[in-house]
Amino acid sequence: MNKNRRSLLSSPEPGSEGEEEDKQLGSNYDDITFTDYTLGQEELEKIENVLEDDLIRSGVHSVLLIDMAGNIIAQRDNGACDHDLYSLAALASANFAAVDTMAKIVGEEEFSLLFHKGENENIHFSKVNVEFLLITIFGKKVSLGLLRLKVAEAVDKINGVWKP
Amino acid sequence: MAFVNMKSKEVQAKIVYYGPGRGGKTTNLEFIYSKFRERIKSDMVSIKTHGDRTLFFDFLPFDIGKIMGYDVKIQLYTVPGQVKYDATRRLVLKGVDGMVFVADSQVEQRKKNVLSLKNLQENLAMYKKSIFKVPLVLQYNKRDLKKEGIPLLPTETLEKDLNSQLKVPSFAASAVSGENVVPTMKKIISLTMASLQNVLK
Amino acid sequence: MGSNYDDNITFMDYTLDQEQLEHIESVLGEDLIKSGVHCVLLIDMAGNIIAKCDNGRCQHDLYSLAALASANFAAVDTMAKIVGEAEFSLLFHKGENENIHFNKVNEEFLLITIFGKEVSLGLLRLKVAEAVEKVNSVFMQAA
Repeated sequence: MNKNRRSLLSSPEPGSEGEEEDKQLGSNYDDITFTDYTLGQEELEKIENVLEDDLIRSGVHSVLLIDMAGNIIAQRDNGACDHDLYSLAALASANFAAVDTMAKIVGEEEFSLLFHKGENENIHFSKVNVEFLLITIFGKKVSLGLLRLKVAEAVDKINGVWKP
Repeated sequence: MAFVNMKSKEVQAKIVYYGPGRGGKTTNLEFIYSKFRERIKSDMVSIKTHGDRTLFFDFLPFDIGKIMGYDVKIQLYTVPGQVKYDATRRLVLKGVDGMVFVADSQVEQRKKNVLSLKNLQENLAMYKKSIFKVPLVLQYNKRDLKKEGIPLLPTETLEKDLNSQLKVPSFAASAVSGENVVPTMKKIISLTMASLQNVLK
Repeated sequence: MGSNYDDNITFMDYTLDQEQLEHIESVLGEDLIKSGVHCVLLIDMAGNIIAKCDNGRCQHDLYSLAALASANFAAVDTMAKIVGEAEFSLLFHKGENENIHFNKVNEEFLLITIFGKEVSLGLLRLKVAEAVEKVNSVFMQAA
């Protein structure tokens, strides 16, 4: 926690010193409040090709590269998948973050990878790097072993294309 | 942390509705959802308790059309307002691009508004963000309760309590009737997009 | 933060009297803590801790853990529905030293078990299943 954090509410004087304090605060806060990022067309195409070639062609139903805020960076599916992917991305990032926080609470750096098994559909999570997650939805046709192998390959390639 | 997809010319930005418990955050999103039902293709996702309290978040993706040549997808989220959900609430703030603080205008909620705003400042600081820099709009909700005879704080008092230092746009609103719900949303979208302008070239 | 403002109005549609709670706590103690589990929590789906028991050396922030666990459970449940599943199989997270196991007791309650290397996952599942059955029989009496 930031010791020098400015109190929002303690100042009895409305306004006046706001600007000045903000300047003092400059060094305490990271000035880059928006770590926005962009991906060029070429990089995105490379990533989409990786998702297609390594995962969809291996029998995966749908694959999403998302960021930790729940935005979808790239997506590919087998054409027979009509899940609500924006909601899924929001939930997946929340799921990952909640598990990560629980790990820290019990004193672990992180928990081993996340995997949800259903009757017909399974969801596999893989951390690509600090900012990105690869979410894979697959059925019975793909074994978990093969999936892990393919995901690991894809993650390597994505990291080769682009590091945030 | 908005994401700009140069290939599909698409921008995704995250806007979070924050504020004390039972203040009307979810009701804001529900109104937006019903108002723009035909433009919102997916269902609103609400993770809530059996008692209808937000447990994790509500989520509503909203395509607002083209801005500067980009298709803009705004992702609206709420946080759980109850004090005990602070750890969960903090998670929702990850990567936030813009915020609406929904204050409860009832006289008896005065202290809760102030503490919730302070809690927002603390939680943003954990992500190294300053409440003074993040695009932010205040909403003084539940103005409709006045005609029910429930004592409300004058908007001047709310301004003094919550906005004397922030000096951000504010709206007196009623999420239940929809009054000023859409203007609140439009304002935060425009502030958020303005803050992203340097990346949208 | 938090504790200095009061917002504890929670929707609860169940009540457990002291005797039932004691019964549940003794189940958690006998079946789980004595088997080597570090800490066990019975929580409701809103993240409230109903009962807890630990080995006396557990310093985790259990209230945050309970809130996160219930939220996470609900998020996973919603994901399952989105991909057309009724529910996903049980959750288990493996760490270097500590592991967390989640077990749905019934529509309202979750059992969260934190354990280390001394307990095998197989034994843990067996013990959890036994405890869940006993806890459910207490709830039956309560209903």
